[in-house]
Amino acid sequence: MDKFDFLLKLEDALSGLPKEEICERISFYGEMIDDKIEDGKTEQQAVAEIGSVEEIAEQILKDIPLTKIVKQKIKPKKKLGAAAITLICVGSPVWFPVLISVLAVVFSLYFCLWTVVICLYAVSVSCFGLAVGSLFMAVGEITNGKVFEGIALIGAALLLIGLGILLFIFSNLAAKGVLILTKKMALAIKKLLIKKEEAK
Amino acid sequence: MDIQLKRGILDVCVLAAIKDEESYGYKIIKDVKPYVVLSESTLYTILKRLEGANMLTVRTAEHDGRLRKYYKITEVGVKRIEEFKNDWEEIISIYKFVTKEGTKNG
Repeated sequence: MDKFDFLLKLEDALSGLPKEEICERISFYGEMIDDKIEDGKTEQQAVAEIGSVEEIAEQILKDIPLTKIVKQKIKPKKKLGAAAITLICVGSPVWFPVLISVLAVVFSLYFCLWTVVICLYAVSVSCFGLAVGSLFMAVGEITNGKVFEGIALIGAALLLIGLGILLFIFSNLAAKGVLILTKKMALAIKKLLIKKEEAK
Repeated sequence: MDIQLKRGILDVCVLAAIKDEESYGYKIIKDVKPYVVLSESTLYTILKRLEGANMLTVRTAEHDGRLRKYYKITEVGVKRIEEFKNDWEEIISIYKFVTKEGTKNG
């Protein structure tokens, strides 16, 4: 292969890159080949020493940052991008309120979940409160001689404590459930965003 | 060898090749050949990187009826070589420490 052939093939292999980049590479390898020839090598030898076009092109592609390649790829599609942006802006009176309402609904549902959890805790705490009240009352009744009423009140207090403990356990479970749900929701949103970015 | 380390060493090698007088691509490769083998593609990348870091300047001059690019070291480039020397002294002392530890434990 002579120098001209080599450079032509290299130019072809690099065709996806920016023009200035190709130009600089071509003149660099051209100068190298010329200098090798000046050093006493034949044109064929000099070209052979540089290596195969495929190898060099691959190495060049490896060296060039991905962003540069992506920029070059995106360039011709710029107009489409602008059109898409316009479309999004023009359509905003439609999709923006919809997005806001969807977000509002999701947020209120989430808020409701936590409200239920808080209610459970509140009922559980009031059970304990009532139990304490009942015990005091029972002591009062017994000291007044109303033993049966007192015993009934102690039973009620025990029942309330049991109920309170059960509710407390349920509340904890509910809170944990909502927390797990929160994490899952966050993950789902992240995944959605990444997918969108990839698609872009 | 660690890629970052090797890259740094190659950079300094090329800078050393143009330290005393400006040089051109083919001559740089020939000059460093006894120490490191540089392919043309690798040299291109190094020269670009050094130019971007203001460690060398490039001028195009006519030679024998064609154009040739000449590379000249800048003060930043000279500083880089000095830095490399200092770094290397540090590395050698660390190396001594590391190998000493090795014999102690073994």
